Amino acid sequence: MFAETPLVRRKQRQETIAKWLFFSMAASMIIPLILIVGYLVARAWPSLSLSFLIDVPTHGMTEGGIWPALVGTIYLVVLSLAVSAPVGVLAAVYLNEYARENWFNRIINLAVINLAGVPSIVHALFGLGAFVYAAHFGYSIISASLTLAIMTLPVIIASTREALASVPRSFREACWNVGATRWQTITAVVLPNSISGILTGVILQVSRAAGETAPIMFTGAVFYEAVQKGDLFPYRLQDQCMALSMHLYTLATQVPGVKESIPFATAVVLLGSVLLVNASAIVVRGYLRSRKKW
Amino acid sequence: MSVSPTPRPLEQSLAVRKAVRPAWAVLGERGLEILIYLCGISAIVFVLGIFFFVFKEAFPILGSKHFSLGQFLFSEQWYPTSEVHKRYGVLAMIAGTFSVTGLAMLIAVPFGLGAAIYISEFCGSKVRETLKVVIELLAAIPSVVWGFIGLTVMSRLIVKYTGAPVGVNVLNGAIILALMSVPIIVSIGEDALKAVPDSYREAGLALGATRWQLVWRVLLPAAKNGLLAAVLLGVGRGVGETMAVLMATGHAVHIPHSIFDSVRTLTANIAAELGEAPADSDHYRVLFLIGLLLFMMTFVVNLTADLIVRGIRRK
Repeated sequence: MFAETPLVRRKQRQETIAKWLFFSMAASMIIPLILIVGYLVARAWPSLSLSFLIDVPTHGMTEGGIWPALVGTIYLVVLSLAVSAPVGVLAAVYLNEYARENWFNRIINLAVINLAGVPSIVHALFGLGAFVYAAHFGYSIISASLTLAIMTLPVIIASTREALASVPRSFREACWNVGATRWQTITAVVLPNSISGILTGVILQVSRAAGETAPIMFTGAVFYEAVQKGDLFPYRLQDQCMALSMHLYTLATQVPGVKESIPFATAVVLLGSVLLVNASAIVVRGYLRSRKKW
Repeated sequence: MSVSPTPRPLEQSLAVRKAVRPAWAVLGERGLEILIYLCGISAIVFVLGIFFFVFKEAFPILGSKHFSLGQFLFSEQWYPTSEVHKRYGVLAMIAGTFSVTGLAMLIAVPFGLGAAIYISEFCGSKVRETLKVVIELLAAIPSVVWGFIGLTVMSRLIVKYTGAPVGVNVLNGAIILALMSVPIIVSIGEDALKAVPDSYREAGLALGATRWQLVWRVLLPAAKNGLLAAVLLGVGRGVGETMAVLMATGHAVHIPHSIFDSVRTLTANIAAELGEAPADSDHYRVLFLIGLLLFMMTFVVNLTADLIVRGIRRK
């Protein structure tokens, strides 16, 4: 009575085909990632070594290492983080803990979404007009990292907000009931319980800031800056600096006769550090989520 | 001898002791709350600031005698450094932006939505977590690395397999952009599919629908707004992307006739020429005007996507 009719068989066939079709579509996004990383590493292999990291570029940037760019990127990332982390976290606190559901809150939300959607080159124009010229910071690390900070602000706001929203309302109510003020509730209950999400946002900001090129290209990053090998503090804040992402662009498009493997090695270092930072965000999130008490 | 406890006056023992916080704590808290408020509205300040400063630098060009808005939007003549007759037409770059983004969406939308469907409907939770991690990593790859991949890897593949004279062209930029915007489409699309109530699925399965039928007849119609928002955000990303298209699309300022033509996009044009344009020259101001155009384009796209997403949530 329950023998397979042709209809049932057709449906099963359809089911299998659908599954494999969608699987192959998902797979076709992952396979390029693995192929690309593998190919870049293979081409970069001859140059990859510790000395590549701590050497300075030589012979008109056609040989040598990437030390000045590496340090420059660290400068830019740390400074932009120092601005965008406090502002972003507090903005998220305002949006989630203080703001009421009204038109004003709606406009702030729209602003956050649009800030995330503004093209990176427009951020560069803004940085040039506002920080380099109007604020007289000149082409400098300060201008570049402020531009980066504004650009990456939505990353921190979004993930902090999500983390704050996931703290149950009953936690806050319990705290209010014992007489705590709003601010005491935030520092004693809300922030400690959402630290994992905030941390994830901060880490994602770091990876985003490290990879951006366009916003720093016209505000403070330069093609070349002479730096001592292994010097930890080669730049002052009003100096221009080199940056990894900018260095990769320069090597790939502007410098003739670069040793083949050097741009690839630069790309691998940039890609590797960004992916490593992101992976650590994922690990942190997973670990803290597994310890969540509710 | 027993000592009886000294009786305390009644009002003292019953009086609720009022918690007194020092004045500096109260004031400090007030100050902090003002700071929080300022940070809260910072996003508005920055968006307005971006508009203001870009507009401020671009504005004087509107009065320049070498410039007309009609020519800016509808001419493909881009000769900003010509000695005799400067012309600032960006039609070719608008065409470049739309051809690259359009082709990228043709590739990215089916794959992105397919992957979103697979993740939300077909795979187990282990596979789902793994795929989401991979997508997150894919989204993290810096655009300059994508551009480098386009310039070195993709261009060689394109020359080899299609016989195109140059490898940096519309197709190259579109493939790179597609790979870059797929993660957004997948993650927003998956959210949209997740928002479809399970009762819809159960009803479909109870009627004996296969999952293929379920996807086509139930889920896609139910989630179509969210999926549209996902596509729009992908478009926004594509229009605004700079470094990858700068490196992967070549540098020819003309309206493309095939996918193997080199083009220049609006974003790439700013990135390529801003360094050479002297500050406060007409050329420099026109580049800011292009930036303003880009700002408004992405503003409209993001606003539409947001309205759609919000409309869903309200339902």
